[in-house]
Amino acid sequence: MRFAVSVLTVLGIASIIGTVLKQNEPYANYVIQFGQFWFDLFEMLGLYDVYHSVWFLVILVFLVASTSLCIYRNTPLMLKELRAYREQATEKSLRAFSHKYQYRTVSGLEQVKQDVSHFLTVRGFRFRTVKHADGSELIAAKAGSYQRLGYIFTHAAIVIICIGGLMDGNVPLKIQEVLGQKTVESRDIPAKEVPKKSRLSVSNLSFRANMTLPEGASADVAFQRVRDGYMVQELPFSIALTDFRIEHYPTGQPKSFESDLVIIDPDLKQPIKHTISVNHPLLYKGIAIYQSDFQDGGSKLNFDVWDILGPEAKPIPAEGTVFGKTEFITGASALQLEFIDFRKFNILNLSPDGKGKPRNVGPNVTFKVRDSAGQAKEYVSYMQPLQLDGRAYFVSGMRSSPQEEFKYLRIPADSNFEIKAFMKTRAIMFNKGLHQEIAHRFALKALKASDDAAVRTKFEASIFQLLGAFSEGGYAEISRLIEASVPKEQREAAAQTYIKIISGVAFEAYQLSQEQVGVKNVIVDESTQAFLQDSLNAMSDLFFYGEPIYLQMTKFQQREASGLQLTRSPGKNLVYSGSVLLVLGIFAMIYIRERRIWILINPEQKNVLFAMSANRKNRDFEIEFNRYQSQLKTLLES
Amino acid sequence: MAIKQHLNPTNISDDPVPFFSQLGWRDWLYAIVLMASTFLAYSKYSQFMDAYETTFLFGAGIVFSLLGWCWKPIRLLLVGIATLSLFSINLYHGDLESVNQVFFLKFLIGSQTAVMWMNVLFVLAMLTYWFALFARSAFTGRVATSLTWAAVLMGFVGLMVRWYESYLIAPDVGHIPLSNLYEVFILFCLITSLMYLYYEQRYATKQLGGFVLLVVSSAVGFILWYTFSRHANGIQPLVPALQSYWMKIHVPANFIGYGAFSLAAMVASAYLLVNNGILVSRLPSTEVLDDLMYKAISVGFAFFTIATILGAVWAAEAWGGYWSWDAKETWALIVWLNYAAWLHLRLVKGLRGPMLAWWALIGLLVTTFAFLGVNMFLSGLHSYGTL
Repeated sequence: MRFAVSVLTVLGIASIIGTVLKQNEPYANYVIQFGQFWFDLFEMLGLYDVYHSVWFLVILVFLVASTSLCIYRNTPLMLKELRAYREQATEKSLRAFSHKYQYRTVSGLEQVKQDVSHFLTVRGFRFRTVKHADGSELIAAKAGSYQRLGYIFTHAAIVIICIGGLMDGNVPLKIQEVLGQKTVESRDIPAKEVPKKSRLSVSNLSFRANMTLPEGASADVAFQRVRDGYMVQELPFSIALTDFRIEHYPTGQPKSFESDLVIIDPDLKQPIKHTISVNHPLLYKGIAIYQSDFQDGGSKLNFDVWDILGPEAKPIPAEGTVFGKTEFITGASALQLEFIDFRKFNILNLSPDGKGKPRNVGPNVTFKVRDSAGQAKEYVSYMQPLQLDGRAYFVSGMRSSPQEEFKYLRIPADSNFEIKAFMKTRAIMFNKGLHQEIAHRFALKALKASDDAAVRTKFEASIFQLLGAFSEGGYAEISRLIEASVPKEQREAAAQTYIKIISGVAFEAYQLSQEQVGVKNVIVDESTQAFLQDSLNAMSDLFFYGEPIYLQMTKFQQREASGLQLTRSPGKNLVYSGSVLLVLGIFAMIYIRERRIWILINPEQKNVLFAMSANRKNRDFEIEFNRYQSQLKTLLES
Repeated sequence: MAIKQHLNPTNISDDPVPFFSQLGWRDWLYAIVLMASTFLAYSKYSQFMDAYETTFLFGAGIVFSLLGWCWKPIRLLLVGIATLSLFSINLYHGDLESVNQVFFLKFLIGSQTAVMWMNVLFVLAMLTYWFALFARSAFTGRVATSLTWAAVLMGFVGLMVRWYESYLIAPDVGHIPLSNLYEVFILFCLITSLMYLYYEQRYATKQLGGFVLLVVSSAVGFILWYTFSRHANGIQPLVPALQSYWMKIHVPANFIGYGAFSLAAMVASAYLLVNNGILVSRLPSTEVLDDLMYKAISVGFAFFTIATILGAVWAAEAWGGYWSWDAKETWALIVWLNYAAWLHLRLVKGLRGPMLAWWALIGLLVTTFAFLGVNMFLSGLHSYGTL
């Protein structure tokens, strides 16, 4: 008993570790989190998958063994107690009871016996009568004996539940691993190529495996995750996914995930078509198929690739598929685009105070751009402009490593909600060949006609220099220019002037871009000014965007993949029946009170001895004893 | 040894009366009205109900009949809840905007207002209970009991009307209000105080009201913070995993457990005070407190076991396995083990005394962590009620 309780305590503590330390993460994450030393130690202790570690399973086995032993030892005793009336109790022992009372009675033996047996029967007691040699008679009664069953039930339930759990845990697999018959596969290779040592056959009794099935595809194997690798679980049939659907509530939250499956099995005359959804799995050949998650299944995406630092404003079309790679040549270097994910719906809360309602902001794509040196940067870009602070922006985030947060670039959308106007203005601003002209145009407006030529030339030259700096490094380059050429005390004022000038210059660039598409009179209103201000900020940020290209998604053809979980758990029924037993046992233990009553009638001395006991003495017992005592008094003495 | 002060003055010569013979005409009238309403609801709405919902409807009719028979005040409470809720629902005229226009809805029995009344009444009841305790005023004690009943009534009306409101948002949004922290905290307050009220009557003592309502008032504090600071009191549609009939029994069963454990912990604190000679003359004896604590933990344990098992059955349907070692599951197991050990030591080893009281009090911390801490600090599949 004491052993079982200690085992349970260890189990509790181990379980806590499992909840505090995130389980089954990729091992690389643990290395980053704990460092190499602790990582190795924790790995040795099996802390990354506590509930399937050998020691945890050993504890469970010990628990089963010790509880079984408990049941084996105590059950015969309990059953004996359950049946026994203890009619061999002597007068002496009854008088030693703490709960007893002696009555004097005037009625005869038969009358007393009749009264007492009625008294006991209506109160739910069963009894036996024994005649003693001295003429006295003992009535030994008991009630609530089934409380003893509570003990047997609860303990048996724990054993049954644990056995069921161990059957459905990966004990058989663990044993095969220890014996060297199976090994975990950790290479990223097609399922077909996984060697036999890492494959689990159709006859595997219990498993919990996953399968990601793109629309239109089918598979007859699933994957079981084991520590930092996996094993291939073969299935006795194959599953095809015809369609995966997500339905949304009007608020944008997901309402249902559904997969239309086809089960193809040579044993079947016709394939089974069935739609599964969360909470509604399909059971076939003892294997339950659940809707577990979803992801992209290789959507086709089309892009406009904009050169963002050069003088060109003509996008180059490109295409790609999620999980695929696309080569892209820009200037002298070749970049590799690796598409990671596409999401059609993105529910974001963009209200400034965060109190507004989240809404769908449309599709986004996650991809990596890998340079020729193999260095990759990760990007996430939204297809449609997002409304931020009342204005529309194309938003794209960038990070150099997965540990970092995304840093976002906000490119203002033009009045047609397109990216074109920005890109054209930017191309002119970054086109060194046009700087002279822009400087000239700006000077024409900024200076009075009376200003002499020398002043004009000098002014134009300084603007030319300013534009040059901006096109090489944005605001950061301008500030370097100021630091290099302006005395410290005048820098503040110079910066302000430069910013004013650069805004004016940007307007000229914008006007030029508009003229290129045939617009003569450019309207200067608040929105144009805001657009230009945002454009300048975005241009300056382009220098921190990592790569000299911007991918603007233009079209997509979504292909989804459904994440299925397949389980075979023969222990389930055992666990459920154990659970029923457990509930019955608990109610029996708590709500059935075992009580025993002895009534010794001594006709010669005209007295009746009443004694009562319970295996658990509590307040209810005291109350009951007092009640019976006084009820018997009226019954026997009046 | 014998405790005489709480002896029931029963008619001693009488044999125990069978259960059905104990029922009076009020009981039968109550049950008949309840079952008639059930049939009325069925005849009116059966075309919208599936087999599970039909079972639930009739199951509820039977369960609440029995409950009302076993504990008489439930009858009146249920009639009150039904009357007020139907009256409130009627005032909506099928339009959510009515909440801001109709006087009764805006200030009394709209869903959020009713909950606010519940909050206010619970805090008032607690203060009144404490006053009654210190002033030794039986009358004030009765007032406190009435206030608690009123709070329970308003809370249930709030939940009922909220249930209706969820269908007004959109028919596919409608669901039983047991799906997020705001809703289950209301349920927690109601179940804990109902259980307290039962024991208050059973043990004929009003002295513990202040203690138990302390934990209820803390929950009220949480509801207020959640409402005003986090604005999390709105009705949210159900995520796919929660769209199951299991929610209707798993969640209440769990909260009977949580409520009972909290009740036991508060009684334990009273026990410890008495045991250390504080408020001895005002509080019940340690024997009574010990017994009450044991009863509460027993009820809690039984229901918590059922809730966990039902959770496992549900998990088998929604997550693909009856046990996934999800953080909430694991902590439920720890809570279960904790109280299993408590009961084991008491029942099998016969342990008594202040140690069990301390244990019950600390048990509340474990329970609170399982209930709230897991949502706050740990991640897992049970991420429905995040803070």
